[in-house]
Amino acid sequence: MSVACQRCNQSKATVHITDTVPEKRERHLCEQCAEKEGIIIKQKHVTTNEILQQFIKHKAGMAAGEDLACPKCGMTFREFQTKGTLGCPNDYAAFGSLLNPLIQHAHEGATQHVGKVPPDADSTTQKLTGLLRLRRELQDAVEREDYERAAHVRDRIRIMEEA
Amino acid sequence: MTFDELWKTPGEWLRGDGPMSDVVISSRIRLARNLADQPFLATAAPSDRTEIFRCVTDAITSTPAGADSIVVDVEDADPIDRSLLVERHLISRQHVAAEGARGVTISPDETLAVMINEEDHLRIQGLRSGLQLDNVWSDVNRLDDAIASQIAFAFDKQLGYLTACPTNVGTGIRVSVMLHLPALRLTKEIDRVARAARDLRLAVRGSYGEGTEAVGDLYQISNQTTLGKAEDAIINTFSEMIIPKMVEYERAARQTLAQHHAAQLDDKVWRAYGVLCNARRITSGETQSLLSPIRMGIHLGRFDRFDIAALNDIFLYTQSAHLQKLLGRTLDDDERAAARADYLRKRLG
Repeated sequence: MSVACQRCNQSKATVHITDTVPEKRERHLCEQCAEKEGIIIKQKHVTTNEILQQFIKHKAGMAAGEDLACPKCGMTFREFQTKGTLGCPNDYAAFGSLLNPLIQHAHEGATQHVGKVPPDADSTTQKLTGLLRLRRELQDAVEREDYERAAHVRDRIRIMEEA
Repeated sequence: MTFDELWKTPGEWLRGDGPMSDVVISSRIRLARNLADQPFLATAAPSDRTEIFRCVTDAITSTPAGADSIVVDVEDADPIDRSLLVERHLISRQHVAAEGARGVTISPDETLAVMINEEDHLRIQGLRSGLQLDNVWSDVNRLDDAIASQIAFAFDKQLGYLTACPTNVGTGIRVSVMLHLPALRLTKEIDRVARAARDLRLAVRGSYGEGTEAVGDLYQISNQTTLGKAEDAIINTFSEMIIPKMVEYERAARQTLAQHHAAQLDDKVWRAYGVLCNARRITSGETQSLLSPIRMGIHLGRFDRFDIAALNDIFLYTQSAHLQKLLGRTLDDDERAAARADYLRKRLG
């Protein structure tokens, strides 16, 4: 026999409980309502996008209170908050101040790219990211007390700076 | 090679060899890339998607690394063929569910694949068996360079490669290693290990990625942070620190089981074999769960009816799309369960 959920009156009740306090009574709930009442705690897999969306809803937009729109693709920051993905590469510049806290939050505080540079990027950019990467490497080597590696990296930095 | 030849043999990642292959099933690296002069897919018009698909496939097939690629139009593909590509880890479930012009280019040995118009314009993927992240990175890096010599990618000197979702910005790299951890699950240490991995800002997921359960004790460990660290630094953390440590824990747990609970272990392995040989109806999930102790049994030298190559073959061809492809017809859930059991009895009988 299937019983409708007493809370939402829509879904089939699959959780059946007997309360003893304050008085003895039987309750029949669906899984969602049981979860809402804190009777069952579901270990739901949370996707990266869900975490991101929760974050942008709670934090990123609050500070500004107003909306921004990208002049290139027309997407607004509010739309991004709902969708979780941006409209075009220019959104990074258009939403800059609103996006930055979110980027830092997602990347352990990092704000600067230190990896690969596309071959067509101009040589100043390549040199800049190359130097940043080497400095990070130098710092890591010093922290690991790998002084031989640190000396090698330091020499590479010197050559690059002089070039 | 054509698509029709592709599915007839397991891909390189299911060869079952490579370093630490007793625990590490496969190593994968994906790079997210977008064309500089096109909108991201959230605002792209159908004609933009078509243009991106055409432009990227042209670029890939005209490079030496991608010249002999198989190009699959996922939008027009048969639903079974799409699922087959998911089972082979060549496209994601999100790519199947996406809309409009989209596709994938696949190298004949399946070690390289480029998903076009998934969440980003390109997801360049390298995949190999065992712990081979350095080789995978060298494949992916080379293909990325070759494509970049023809297409300008969206790039910013501060934020790196610009991606549709800000969680992938920077290197756009996602390193994922698939591990088989049956002993850690049996000894109930898996939660502790998963927690430790999550503390290191790593994601621990089921074998088909985001939102999937760990069926058959297969877990995917991947990085979440893509900005502020160089590709080789991220890769080295996996190959030199995280993965060897997890392999060590799993091996130790297997030894504990073999030394102190040998009878229970053998019972689990051989009982699984018994069910696979005799079932009359079996789901793909149950098949994978039963293959898990057998895989461990083979590596511990406690099971000898077939080897890892045969097990991987069964693992692949009992999945729904492969099974239907093998039988040459579409089957509903009920028919599949019976057909799978028949296939297993013939294979193992």
